[in-house]
Amino acid sequence: MSTPSIPMPSTGPAAVEKEDRTFYATQWQLIWWKFRKHKLAVVSSVLLVLLYLSAIVADFVAPYGAQQRFEGQQQQPPTVIYWMHKGSFYGPHVYPTKRKSDPKTFKFIFMPDESKPMPIRFFVRGEPYQMLGLIKSDIHLIGTGNEKGAPPLFLFGTDRLGRDIFSRSFFASRISLSIPFLGIILTFIIGLTLGGISGYFGGILDEIIQRIIDFIQSVPTIPLWIALASALPREWSTEKTFLAITVILSIVGWTGLARVTRGKLLQLREEDYTLAAQCAGASEARIIFRHLLPGFTSHLIVSLTNAVPASILGETALSFIGLGMQPPAVSWGVLLQDAQNLVAIAQQPWLMIPSLFVILTGLLFSFIGDGLRDAADPYTR
Amino acid sequence: MLAFIVRRLITIIPLLILISIVSFIVIELPPGDWVETRVQQLKLAGATVDDTEIQRLNSQYGLDKPAYQRYFRWVTNMLQGDFGYSFQWNQPVSEILIERVPRTMLIAVLSLIVSWLISTPIGILSAIKQYSWIDYLGTFISFIGLATPGFLLALILAYGALNILGFSPLGLNSIEMIDAPMSIAKLVDLAKHLVLPLIIVGLTGTGVTIRVLRANLLDELKKQYVITARAKGLTEYQLLMKYPVRMAINPLISTIGGILPALIGGEQLVSIVLSLDTTGPVLLRAAIAQDTYLVGGIVMILSTLALFGSLLSDIALASMDPRIRFGGTSK
Repeated sequence: MSTPSIPMPSTGPAAVEKEDRTFYATQWQLIWWKFRKHKLAVVSSVLLVLLYLSAIVADFVAPYGAQQRFEGQQQQPPTVIYWMHKGSFYGPHVYPTKRKSDPKTFKFIFMPDESKPMPIRFFVRGEPYQMLGLIKSDIHLIGTGNEKGAPPLFLFGTDRLGRDIFSRSFFASRISLSIPFLGIILTFIIGLTLGGISGYFGGILDEIIQRIIDFIQSVPTIPLWIALASALPREWSTEKTFLAITVILSIVGWTGLARVTRGKLLQLREEDYTLAAQCAGASEARIIFRHLLPGFTSHLIVSLTNAVPASILGETALSFIGLGMQPPAVSWGVLLQDAQNLVAIAQQPWLMIPSLFVILTGLLFSFIGDGLRDAADPYTR
Repeated sequence: MLAFIVRRLITIIPLLILISIVSFIVIELPPGDWVETRVQQLKLAGATVDDTEIQRLNSQYGLDKPAYQRYFRWVTNMLQGDFGYSFQWNQPVSEILIERVPRTMLIAVLSLIVSWLISTPIGILSAIKQYSWIDYLGTFISFIGLATPGFLLALILAYGALNILGFSPLGLNSIEMIDAPMSIAKLVDLAKHLVLPLIIVGLTGTGVTIRVLRANLLDELKKQYVITARAKGLTEYQLLMKYPVRMAINPLISTIGGILPALIGGEQLVSIVLSLDTTGPVLLRAAIAQDTYLVGGIVMILSTLALFGSLLSDIALASMDPRIRFGGTSK
């Protein structure tokens, strides 16, 4: 490019280098470069990774166990964190509280005892745990330690059995965040197979599959979910219920993916390189998996990302109304069961805090999906 | 036009058959059969149930026949208005449906209109004032609408209404109004109770509509006829309302087919949280008690209505847009 005989219209060497870079970049590099420009999506991805990590190491992040009960601390509002002790700076600390019953309303009130401050520290020793059945430890990210008489730290308050909602929210994210992952595998298998058959072979099979998709998309799914979930036997184990819920949610989730697969296949089937492959005697499977599929993998990822929030919300909704996961299993929906009636939340509004996790996760996935949609087709500007 | 409607009506038949099969599966799915439950309930109530009675019930619902015959029995009964019997309510399912389904549909349709009223101005403004605060507001609303499940929003807003306004948004009427005869005061009370559910249920559709409307209008505004119209000296308002908005507004109607099912489904959950007397709480209680005919009936009727909703939207769209009417693709 340095030869002066070729006229370069108004481009400096830097621009040329940039052009060169895009010429030689692979498709995935192009997608990554475009995705990187969508700041909101990048930030969301980082947050989402953190959320998943915290679910994996929930034992460490949570100050207490998921089922650990604090006698005499039931229905306690979020612990107030103080910074000043007796008029001077002390650092973040909490005071032990004494529970009293309000003589008029019979509501519990918690009176702080301001003589004994207890600092909040990081990496404190607490309840021993065995993370994922592998790592034994008793170090918790945050807490007040396990010395005798140390007032517990309830960042989100406690429920009616005296369990810490902050800790439970993180344990709950294990189930709530893994439902979509398992769901994705199922969605992927069904959507890709049916969409692929529909798009590549066409004809009567295409017609039937399209009608089924029409049907699923035009039916209100929530009544159907409620009806199907209610048929699950109550005595099933947590794992079995989890699998069944995933299947129920996937029955509906695959249609978007199948539509994308079909549309893209129809389009790519007419490309010259497909004809070339056919002339070269490639088998149908080879053409589909070697030549066609790589052409729209990025679009598949987009439509999968869009299917995720729906399945998180679906699980939460079903568990919330009592038809999904059952206690003692903890998921966000199970936690929100306590907040089901207005009387409960009028007195203990902190029971609604787990809903922020649901909303946050949904938002993060939407933002990432948005960024991916723009990046999926890196050749258009 | 007539030909289009007929063609569209024919395509709906296989879908109806599919819906009925799914609803029937819902009825058959729970373990144990309906007559056993019913007999047990009658025995608990102290009635003597002899074998002939069991026989009669069995043959009435065709439980002694194979599944496909039961299915045909159920469908023919349904076509004659008999949806089976609810042991939980001690009432034919059809009576419960007649009472509850119109309310669900009323809320779904009204919230569709509410969502249009919110989304149309925001959608138009965010397209003509791209990247302004109203554009960001629109984006914000659509993301919240996409990410927040209605039932959570219902919880949060109900708490807000109770704490800030001191108004309990539960039910369709205040307790003292439930048995009162129809009057202006009762209607006002009803309207007050409808505000929250309509906004919450409507938000599901609002997000989608804003985004579609904005994207379409942005496309239209780039077209040459807009420049021509401006060159002819039309005021900005006339110019906007007369052509591009008219074109961009089509999706409002065409997305009904996709949004209505979501609205009906969302209404179930919201009405469970706010204890509205619609199908939601009935469906949940019936599902937990495995009152199967009631569950199947609700699934059947709600799906059918959603299907007819999208049919109506297609007809409305065809009457507005001749390209669709004459079977051409709109591309």
